[in-house]
Amino acid sequence: MSDSNATTNKAAAPPGRAAFHLSINNPIVRAVLAQLGVALAVALVAWYLVGNTMDNLARLSIASGFGFLDREAGFQIGETLVEFGPQDHYSTAFLVGILNTLKVSGIGILLATLLGVVLGIARLSSNWLVARIAAFYVESVRNVPLLLQLFLWYALLTEGLPGPRQALAPLPGVFLSNRGLKLPAPADDPIWAWVAALFGLGIILTLVIAAWNAKRQAATGKRLSLLPIGLGLTLGLPLLVLLASGGGAIDMPVLQGFNFRGGMTLSPEFAALLFGLVIYTAAFIGEIVRSGILAVPKGQTEAATALGLTRGQLLRLVVLPQALRVIIPPTTSQYLNLTKNSSLAVAIGYPDFVSIANTTINQTGQAVEGVLSIMGAYLIISLSLSFLMNWYNSRVALVER
Amino acid sequence: MSVTETTQERAAPIRPNQGPVAWARANLFSTWYNALLTLLIAYVLVRAVPGIIDWALVKANWTGDAAACREAGGACWAFLAEKWRFILFGTFPDDQHWRPTLAILSMIGTLVISADRRFWGRALIYIWTVGIGFSALMMFGGVLGLDYVPTELWGGLPLTLALSIVGLVASFPLGVLLALGRTSDLPVMRGLSVVYIELVRGVPLISILFMASVMLPLFLPAGVSIDKVLRALIGICLFSAAYVAEVVRAGLQAIPKGQVEAAKALGLGYWQRQRLIILPQALSLVIPPLVNSFIASFKDTSLVIVIGLLDLLSTAKAALTDPAWRGFYKEAYLFVGVIYLLFCYALSRYSRYLETVLGQGRRR
Repeated sequence: MSDSNATTNKAAAPPGRAAFHLSINNPIVRAVLAQLGVALAVALVAWYLVGNTMDNLARLSIASGFGFLDREAGFQIGETLVEFGPQDHYSTAFLVGILNTLKVSGIGILLATLLGVVLGIARLSSNWLVARIAAFYVESVRNVPLLLQLFLWYALLTEGLPGPRQALAPLPGVFLSNRGLKLPAPADDPIWAWVAALFGLGIILTLVIAAWNAKRQAATGKRLSLLPIGLGLTLGLPLLVLLASGGGAIDMPVLQGFNFRGGMTLSPEFAALLFGLVIYTAAFIGEIVRSGILAVPKGQTEAATALGLTRGQLLRLVVLPQALRVIIPPTTSQYLNLTKNSSLAVAIGYPDFVSIANTTINQTGQAVEGVLSIMGAYLIISLSLSFLMNWYNSRVALVER
Repeated sequence: MSVTETTQERAAPIRPNQGPVAWARANLFSTWYNALLTLLIAYVLVRAVPGIIDWALVKANWTGDAAACREAGGACWAFLAEKWRFILFGTFPDDQHWRPTLAILSMIGTLVISADRRFWGRALIYIWTVGIGFSALMMFGGVLGLDYVPTELWGGLPLTLALSIVGLVASFPLGVLLALGRTSDLPVMRGLSVVYIELVRGVPLISILFMASVMLPLFLPAGVSIDKVLRALIGICLFSAAYVAEVVRAGLQAIPKGQVEAAKALGLGYWQRQRLIILPQALSLVIPPLVNSFIASFKDTSLVIVIGLLDLLSTAKAALTDPAWRGFYKEAYLFVGVIYLLFCYALSRYSRYLETVLGQGRRR
């Protein structure tokens, strides 16, 4: 916004006079000098800090460099998505950490979006009770630090729940105890692979049909209703195959001795972190969704109704596309916040990337490399996520002519 | 700068008052699904509320020890009666608790006075110097016959307030400089500012705090040690400066180009333009979002627990480790949560109020 002296003065100079005066009053000279000065100052500070760090590391005889990545980690990690044992290398431990971070952020983003949309709509509900409860939720959750909420959830899920023998069973096959949440899981059975493959195929087919449908509508004005086709392909087909084969085997958790066997486990750490992140972020997303819907002018709704659109069409074709333009950019930053906030895992003992890097720092003493790895990992995740969301945003953004 | 904060609530249509039955029909049972929702929520409330009242009041224990609490089975407010001083003041010497109390009051008083628009202007500088200076005097001591209390003994609410208030004030100049750098035409300034802002905004606060706690001592020459609270403060400042910069940049970009051009035509140089023309307008535009960043930074100070500082949340957690009083986490977190809620809710209401008041002249 602020044009530098250089460009303005050049523009203001009388035409034909291109003489260059090497003087301190020349804006170009001043601009160059100022920039050189700042660059030099930053370089000097950096040189001083790096020099001090080198001296200190040498004095404390701490190794530097990322050589430690190839050494044996020697610690155990509670939950991993890939095989990991104490004899594995630090690099594998880092991979485990990144995968754990991605796991909790990915599921968290999905659930927070769902809950957030529900909250945003609930706050605009014509039902007084629903709107009030949603407002109460948003105000109380947004104004309390996430870390406190995580501590509370973690305490509730560990100290607040009974042991496995007295586990709560809200649904058959679901057990809630201080060892975590136990759920039935698909057993080792080839039919599940088929179901998963069909589900993926269904999504691809639906996308293809959607593209064809859009083209056909542009050409002829006719359109098929996509929802039943999509549901049928993605959910119906796999379900049909599953039923036809007589149903897949399910691994039910059963109480044996002092703990459960079988089934799928959500550890208390993971569950507390996920609940905390989802509940906290959903409050912010809810506010974004609400303001996005309110930002669509009333005239749009009236015009759409006057055209004879049904309520579903009105929402889908008129309100939502316009609201999305307002909703997407701030939601992107909420997704980024959720991912960054997942680093609070270190405080409740979920082995995310930060907590594994922290253990590594404590074991190797290589704080500089540890902190740099944390920053590097989060920068890569943040940049990829914002790139993805910006690409999506450019698709829904208003094309101005 | 979130959209949420700037969008005004739609005014409710005026309906003739037709009594509670008509109100319920219109607001609770307008359609079949609304009626269903109302009944469902009412059922859940009827099931849940008596239990909560039972826990918080009927079965609650207000005095006595942990054994009496466990027997009663409800909330153990006796735990808070025992621990509230530790939760609020941390390890500050017991007989000196009037000092952090005065420091808290002075900091809150400074905030409340600054919230009044009549004092906006040069007076604020004096108010802040006096208010924050007095708090520092109370916390540090060492003069006027007060015992010196090192920062290692600080904790609880005064530490939380000090970290967030000093953090915001100290990060402000750096934030403004970064915002000016990012909107500058000089490629070096712009590049450095963009790299700094995006780098800091791309990483979690925890990593910055780790850096401040483990890397900062390495950055300094051998033999120079740096206070733990100061380290956390530096980390918080470096972090919030990037967020303040983005808020201020939004304000800078909202100033019409004509203002810059007119200032140039008057012969003002770059710094004169910024100081006299641009920044006063830009900063007054972004006061509400700045209050919002203050709320965020107030909540974020709770993360200093990971580098071992005893802020309000850490003292609550530490109080729970007393073997005589194990397991009363609900009471502890509720107590601390309500304190955070009061501060943040008041601030967010204030930010919304400012938006309406300051926006009046600008709205078309």
